[in-house]
Amino acid sequence: MRKPLLLGIIALLAALCADSVYAKKATGANARPARQWTTEIAKDKRIDQALNRLTFGPRPGDATRVKALGLNRWIELQLHPNRIPENPLLTGKLRTLDTLSMTSAELVRDYPAPQLVRQMVNGQLPFPNDPERRMMIQRLVAKFEEKAAAGENANPNLPDTKRLGDLLSRDEMRSLRSGTPAQRMAALEGLPRERQDEVIAAMGAGMRQAIFPAASPELRRKLELANGPAQVVARDLAEAKVLRAVYSSRQLEEVLDDFWFNHFNVFLEKGADRYLVTAYERDAIRPHVLGKFRDLLEATAKSPAMLFYLDNWQSVGPNAPGAGRGNGKQARRGLNENYGRELMELHTLGVNGGYTQKDVTEVARCFTGWTINQPQRGGQFTFNPRLHDNGEKVVLGMHIAAGGGESDGEKVLDILARQPATAHFISRKLAIRFVADDPPESLVSRMAETFQKTDGDISAVLEVMLKSKEFWSEGAYRSKMKTPLEMVASAVRVMNGNVDFAFPLVNQVAQLGEPLYRKIEPTGYSNSSREWMNSAGLMARMNFALQLADNKIPGVKVEKTADQEGIALGSPEFQKR
Amino acid sequence: MSTRRVFLRNSALAMVGMGTAPMWLKRALYAAGAPTPRKKILVAIFQRGAADGLNIVVPHGEKPYYDLRPTIAVPRPAAGNADAAIDLDGFFGLHPSLAPLQPLFSERHLAIVDAAGSPDPTRSHFDAQDYMESGTPGLKATDSGWMNRALPPAKGKVSPVRAVALGAVLPRAMRGEEPALAVQNIGSFHVNNAAAAKEFEQMYASAKDPVLAATGRETFEAMAMLETIQRQPYTPAYGADYPRSRFGQSLQQIAQLIKSDVGVEMAFADVGGWDHHVNEVGPSAAQGQLANLLRDYGQALAAFWRDMGDRMNDVVLATMSEFGRTAHENGNRGTDHGHANCMFVMGGPVKGGKVYGQWPGLASEQLYEGRDLALTTDFRDVLGELVARHMGNPSLDGVFPGYRPNFLGLV
Repeated sequence: MRKPLLLGIIALLAALCADSVYAKKATGANARPARQWTTEIAKDKRIDQALNRLTFGPRPGDATRVKALGLNRWIELQLHPNRIPENPLLTGKLRTLDTLSMTSAELVRDYPAPQLVRQMVNGQLPFPNDPERRMMIQRLVAKFEEKAAAGENANPNLPDTKRLGDLLSRDEMRSLRSGTPAQRMAALEGLPRERQDEVIAAMGAGMRQAIFPAASPELRRKLELANGPAQVVARDLAEAKVLRAVYSSRQLEEVLDDFWFNHFNVFLEKGADRYLVTAYERDAIRPHVLGKFRDLLEATAKSPAMLFYLDNWQSVGPNAPGAGRGNGKQARRGLNENYGRELMELHTLGVNGGYTQKDVTEVARCFTGWTINQPQRGGQFTFNPRLHDNGEKVVLGMHIAAGGGESDGEKVLDILARQPATAHFISRKLAIRFVADDPPESLVSRMAETFQKTDGDISAVLEVMLKSKEFWSEGAYRSKMKTPLEMVASAVRVMNGNVDFAFPLVNQVAQLGEPLYRKIEPTGYSNSSREWMNSAGLMARMNFALQLADNKIPGVKVEKTADQEGIALGSPEFQKR
Repeated sequence: MSTRRVFLRNSALAMVGMGTAPMWLKRALYAAGAPTPRKKILVAIFQRGAADGLNIVVPHGEKPYYDLRPTIAVPRPAAGNADAAIDLDGFFGLHPSLAPLQPLFSERHLAIVDAAGSPDPTRSHFDAQDYMESGTPGLKATDSGWMNRALPPAKGKVSPVRAVALGAVLPRAMRGEEPALAVQNIGSFHVNNAAAAKEFEQMYASAKDPVLAATGRETFEAMAMLETIQRQPYTPAYGADYPRSRFGQSLQQIAQLIKSDVGVEMAFADVGGWDHHVNEVGPSAAQGQLANLLRDYGQALAAFWRDMGDRMNDVVLATMSEFGRTAHENGNRGTDHGHANCMFVMGGPVKGGKVYGQWPGLASEQLYEGRDLALTTDFRDVLGELVARHMGNPSLDGVFPGYRPNFLGLV
């Protein structure tokens, strides 16, 4: 049962308070006595530690299940997610989020941004094949043009009250305007199909919002499309992330997806990236989360999402055939060092990894020509030799002969992936996520050694970590602060919440300070406690906890009791994992 | 509950009702050992996205400006032309949408520093914002922000809302050793259930994790402080009319906080949307994306001035943006990432009515890397002077390590 689990956690922690040592304010160095890393936790806490660190939080019954299976066997399975059948609940909920399985080009075509809608109308782009989609877009355009002609600020988010008046009876109007979500749903569904679509188009975002909690997934789709097709892509991504965190049986895989996405962060709202991130996460990140680092590195380096985000797609070698001369009207196109720098600083070596500004320039030269074919149409990676600097380069002291073309970039990836600094940097980041904010160097070195020995096998590195004394130590136990995503997901999991519509939870995660896919900086969201320890975040967590326990969050249902669950979820202990 | 808190609560309530507190009440507050209400205050405004300084403070006396921007330049001042720049000093003018700020300039409360910004050559928004907020251009390793470091170390009891940022996330500029508060909305900064709030407060007070306990304590203290403000709906004074935008509401809340005498010393707000690569200007200078943004921006700043009334004697507000934009327009009626920009400095103590800084000119040999307005004043010169002379904190090596600011004489 859920209640004993939650209150049990609190009781357990209260007992622990007396003898555990907690993280001090970050100073950079190991802030506590070495014995904390070598004193192992009691046997009965091991399952708790495993669930807290390798999943998004224990659900009622998880501890029992893991015990029955055997902890080692459970860990082994999590390291091999393809051996775990996926939760059918999750598969069902993801099904309506159809953008998740589409190519970037399909997304651009079927969920067009306003500029592209214009181009469709002007005949420069084809309308989507799907008749419903096409009609919806045409309706949007018609409304827009009508309003523009009338001189008003055309905004599909304001209700067209006049049109609604034409389409609906008084009673229908009243239900739609001021009924409960269920009443509004009923009123809408009672209409003949053709009129329903018209009403949805005329409704305005506010009224549509009010129906969401009660709407079927198919109706929700229609409502979202009416709000603006371009937003659907972003919403699907964020909703899927929350649903996966809550429901996936392959929890470690989800935890690692979150980890690697932040490590190779891309900001969803930068121009063309709006349509490129879906494929990025699905095709470049997810397949490699437990694989070889070199594969992950190359997949991200060649992804249109990353090429666009860090501007490499525009980078031109100074002596390349395609380097234009500034003509006064256009800025001179030239070398863009953004990706080269972040590749070393954030993706591989780390800021202290021993590279120089010269290296940054040389790396940038290697990657010239790595570009995107038609980024604004959801295009693919392509190597354009006209943009490439074909000269000789020297990266970290290693010579790359002239005339290498596309292989220059690949050689750089080889060099960087093999550097000891990379092994250390990646190992340390993993240890920060899974062990503690200040992981002991003894563990990080062993992980780094494995990284180098196995040529960057992430699974092998994790295995070393999971077999270490440090992972199972008092120093590690319950020492990490949950990120907003972790807090929200773990709360829903421990309450056995039923998530019918994930968007309000997505908003809660944003309220707590972690708007998903919207970290502007390439550093991605941090995993360190100090990032999340602030008043606004804490306030939001307490309020979220109370709302969730009280069933006040639309789209999520929990078993509401008069008990202290809201308090437990907002307590200091529940903020840690 | 301590008597001091009760007293503070009641007096703060009384003051909010009046808009300005009578002198006897202020003296009583001093006596009760409450956070001193009359500290100096610095408000920092960050325009995120690289605002186009050259179209905001228009160098209408500079001929190359019109050659470089044939379609998007703001026209020279001309009587009766609502589209033209508003003349400031015969050489510079304000974008027409900033009309509400013109009286502030002519009455010498608003100073402008032109060709100012960060010396770092980066044209990456992320890096440049980071450098400007951390106060250490070129250094990525700096964890804290200049505003946090500029706060004098706390002596005894300090206000939990001493450093406050409007928004959901604490900006880099405010991160550091001293407690700083991020609040999205003063009105909703409370736990929604009073009984639960009490329980939470006790739980966090006794949490063994010292960091959680400290954060909890800061949160509840701030909540108690803000509760007194939350009970009264706020009416801006003197008919000040803030725009309904996020920025307008941020400034209104900062004014509310300052006037409520809850001990604010540093405040921060940001406003985004300045990254105009395409269609920066509409059919005329007074229309389009930049004009719309400036209309809101100017109205909000002017409302803040008006609302604050004579409290502005203790307040200086400074604006900044991570870098400027190219001197020439691009092929899309927009501009690309540039270098130097302009900063506004507004307040009672400010020696306004002047454009400070050395104007480098826009002739092609005068441009930075042949394309941007060159930098002649480091942003730390401006902020350093405000920290030292206005806030009274002379230890600038800690605030801007590795740099010695040259003061311009702004305050």
